[in-house]
Amino acid sequence: MAKLPVSVDKIIEEFGPHKAYPPQGGFYGTNEPDKLVKTHCCYCGMQCGIQLKVKDNKIAGFEPWMEFPFNEGRLCPKGVQRYMQNNHPDRLLSPIQRVEGKGFEPIGWDQAMDKTVSEIKRIQKTYGNDAFAMLSGVSLTNEKSYMIGKFARVALKTANLDYNGRLCMVSAGGGNKKAFGLDRSSNSWADLKHAEVIIVAGANISETFPTLTHYIWQARDNGAKLIVVDPRMIPLARTADLHLPIRPGGDSALFGAMLKILVDNDWLDHDFIDNHTSGFAETIEAVKDYDLEWAEEQTGISKELILEAATMWGKAKTSFLLHARGIEHHTKGVENVLSCINLVLATGRIGKPYCGYGTITGQGNGQGGREHGHKCDQLPGNRDITNPEHRKYISEVWGIDEKDMPGKGLTAYEQIEAIHRGEIKGLISICFNPLVSLPNNNFVREALDKLEFYVCIDTFLCETARHADIVMAGSLHEEEEGTVTTAEGRVVKINEAITPPHNARRDGEIIMEIADRLGAGDKFNFATSEDIFNELRVASKGGTADYYGITYQRVEENMGVFWPCPSLDHPGTPRLWEDRNFETPDGKAHFNPVKYRPASEVTDKEFPVVLTTGRVVSQYLSGTSTRRIGKLVDQYPEPLLEIHPKLALQYGIENRDLVKVKTRRGEAYFPAHVVETIREDTVFIPYHWGGKSSANQLTIGNLDPISKIPEFKVCACQLFPTTEKGSKERTDTAYQSWL
Amino acid sequence: MSETKYNQEMAFFVDMQRCIGCHACEMACAECETNGQESMIHVNYVDRAVSTQTTVQVCMHCEDPTCANVCPADAIHQDDFGVVHSADTSRCIGCSNCVLACPFGVPKKMEEAELMMKCNMCYDRTSAGKKPMCATVCPSQALYYGTKEEIEKMRPDSVPVNSFLFGKQEVNTKVNIMMPKGTHQLIIE
Repeated sequence: MAKLPVSVDKIIEEFGPHKAYPPQGGFYGTNEPDKLVKTHCCYCGMQCGIQLKVKDNKIAGFEPWMEFPFNEGRLCPKGVQRYMQNNHPDRLLSPIQRVEGKGFEPIGWDQAMDKTVSEIKRIQKTYGNDAFAMLSGVSLTNEKSYMIGKFARVALKTANLDYNGRLCMVSAGGGNKKAFGLDRSSNSWADLKHAEVIIVAGANISETFPTLTHYIWQARDNGAKLIVVDPRMIPLARTADLHLPIRPGGDSALFGAMLKILVDNDWLDHDFIDNHTSGFAETIEAVKDYDLEWAEEQTGISKELILEAATMWGKAKTSFLLHARGIEHHTKGVENVLSCINLVLATGRIGKPYCGYGTITGQGNGQGGREHGHKCDQLPGNRDITNPEHRKYISEVWGIDEKDMPGKGLTAYEQIEAIHRGEIKGLISICFNPLVSLPNNNFVREALDKLEFYVCIDTFLCETARHADIVMAGSLHEEEEGTVTTAEGRVVKINEAITPPHNARRDGEIIMEIADRLGAGDKFNFATSEDIFNELRVASKGGTADYYGITYQRVEENMGVFWPCPSLDHPGTPRLWEDRNFETPDGKAHFNPVKYRPASEVTDKEFPVVLTTGRVVSQYLSGTSTRRIGKLVDQYPEPLLEIHPKLALQYGIENRDLVKVKTRRGEAYFPAHVVETIREDTVFIPYHWGGKSSANQLTIGNLDPISKIPEFKVCACQLFPTTEKGSKERTDTAYQSWL
Repeated sequence: MSETKYNQEMAFFVDMQRCIGCHACEMACAECETNGQESMIHVNYVDRAVSTQTTVQVCMHCEDPTCANVCPADAIHQDDFGVVHSADTSRCIGCSNCVLACPFGVPKKMEEAELMMKCNMCYDRTSAGKKPMCATVCPSQALYYGTKEEIEKMRPDSVPVNSFLFGKQEVNTKVNIMMPKGTHQLIIE
């Protein structure tokens, strides 16, 4: 039974979220720490270098790390406050178990392990191995990501392992594999500095990757033109040379029309196209009718702006195109990505200094965590679980019979659907809070309630964990050594600053003990994180994401090494494709024809307004940690409905009025934030909150056919003004996720 | 003062065009032990209804500080390097003269403590050869701490301005505001 054991208010009272603040003079020892530990921020894909102050095995504060080359001390508000988790009063300090009518009670590790393993065995014996699924996350290190991939296949013996990267950058991964045969940003961020033109499409850099802003501003100091494609006037767009306020869902129409303009004006690199690419003819055939009138209609951007953007891009000698979830969270996410890549390939501006392209990975280890077997269709080194040679190689590394290696499983949202249908009966999750982060989350809640057994490993009792039978107290980023791979492909070192508090344990130890109790202990005989990394190196050898030449020592000595790095004497690869030798079977970069098609749910008379979702600078993902940090909560305490004054006037909505937003999935109330910085036909709600404040009660669970990413960025809604104003009580309690 | 590593060539620069309104500077400023979790730097929207433009206000460290001049208790001290320090807690009488007189609206009276508090250019850090906390963490480098030559070389389209005309009062400051090239003085009517 995975229903709440008691009312949600009782759970919140005991486990939070509660807001924590540092004491007035700082934590004990902040002025005289025992040591400063060089590590990285636990949040976004920038993985900024930071030093944590440690006193008596507790985190006492932070000190900027000036020498780390990406950020040179710079941090965002989340980075400044990230040290607040270790001392947090909500921190889980031992395993707990669900007790009907009472809530959650502390238990010993033996009891938690016995119950978990007996339930895994019971469910798998009764319903088959795949009836027990695993959901993981890429805020975990490379070592944990790798080990979980192995754990699910070798110890749990299930095909159904997937991860929250499925909500993050899988569309980019799908597009990059098709076009380049490899899934990584093609350049380090250093190539931004002297690019003549930068396109930022669907990437709210100044709120989601704030420290990358410095690189964009530096480029502009050097004369770069900045083009921002976003339905909202995000902070980065405010001073941009061009802001293209696109209607959500119009991305591939815009990029298709721009490609046609490049072709019509012969702003093409024929030598590159002829010698190093394939598929150009079919690709331009697909966009031959995409004239400016058509594009204006599909995108909601004026003809003049589209032409100006294409002209800037077409005439540039160097350029960098960046995108993120804004174009990827769509049922045509892969197509949107490919339509961007087509613009890059047509101008041949890749694999050269200041010529770059890349997705900006959102999660801390969104890059590394998507390379080493964390996904339902993947084995380490970004290998394919359906490829016989790949299966054979990894089976040998793992010491198992290839026949025992499970096949391709269900993706994250498909797992939830299978739970809802009653096909998956048991679940283990780590580092994933689907009740907040998945679309149509009332459906997700129904699914969780149907599980026969759910065990969650986490540091805090996240909203999803409220439905668990057992919660195992795991470790924070600073409590376990490892590596992560940043959004630019740089493998960096996460150093253990402190040990987990009280009876909490390192995630790696928890996974290894479950594996041991499931009879696979001999396959998880790792004494240190470095042992795991060394096995990962071998497992990745020869794959597209080749880490073989990267060692802990090299990472520390060089402040990171860029993969691919196939041998110990290889310097690493900050800039891909300098040799024009792409990782596709024919060695060429592939153009892919993209025909525009509408979003899965478009507006109509009944649901006339476009709803899009996104993030705010003070929160990270589903807020499991950031909704517990007082200053971050106070900065933006509750999700607001951003609405243009003209649309607001049409409905008689004034600033702070409480508005009911309704979609075909559900309805929820949000105070209006009437601002001119959004399109007139679109409303925006940030998604980091749970319960009644969750934007994902409204979003749609339709998936991209290739990447299986949900369409968070566009659906149709109705607006109903109420006579109430947003109340102080609502504002003050939104972070807690009341039902 | 002879032991200090304070480098007088280093200056503080604010570029509002670069500010992304993230509040990292406030968060980091408040971490300083002497600030007691209160930030001495403030980020505000200019008019959120129409724009995401934010401004950031920090003590400008005037060459001839009005706050010190109007202080009846002689509590506000300007050191040999031109840094204007927070009111000396043993002298400050909480009269708010400085709060009312500052042309930039910087000093705040901490009502609970009945004391004035303001930025002292992270004296603990700058006198030890480090950068102020806010300018260290600022992810967009809207806040920059370095030499005038460095910033003029890095940002060729703008110039640092440290002269302000408030009506008839000319105020010259240690802190610079980055303005479009050709600007020499900011005139506030």
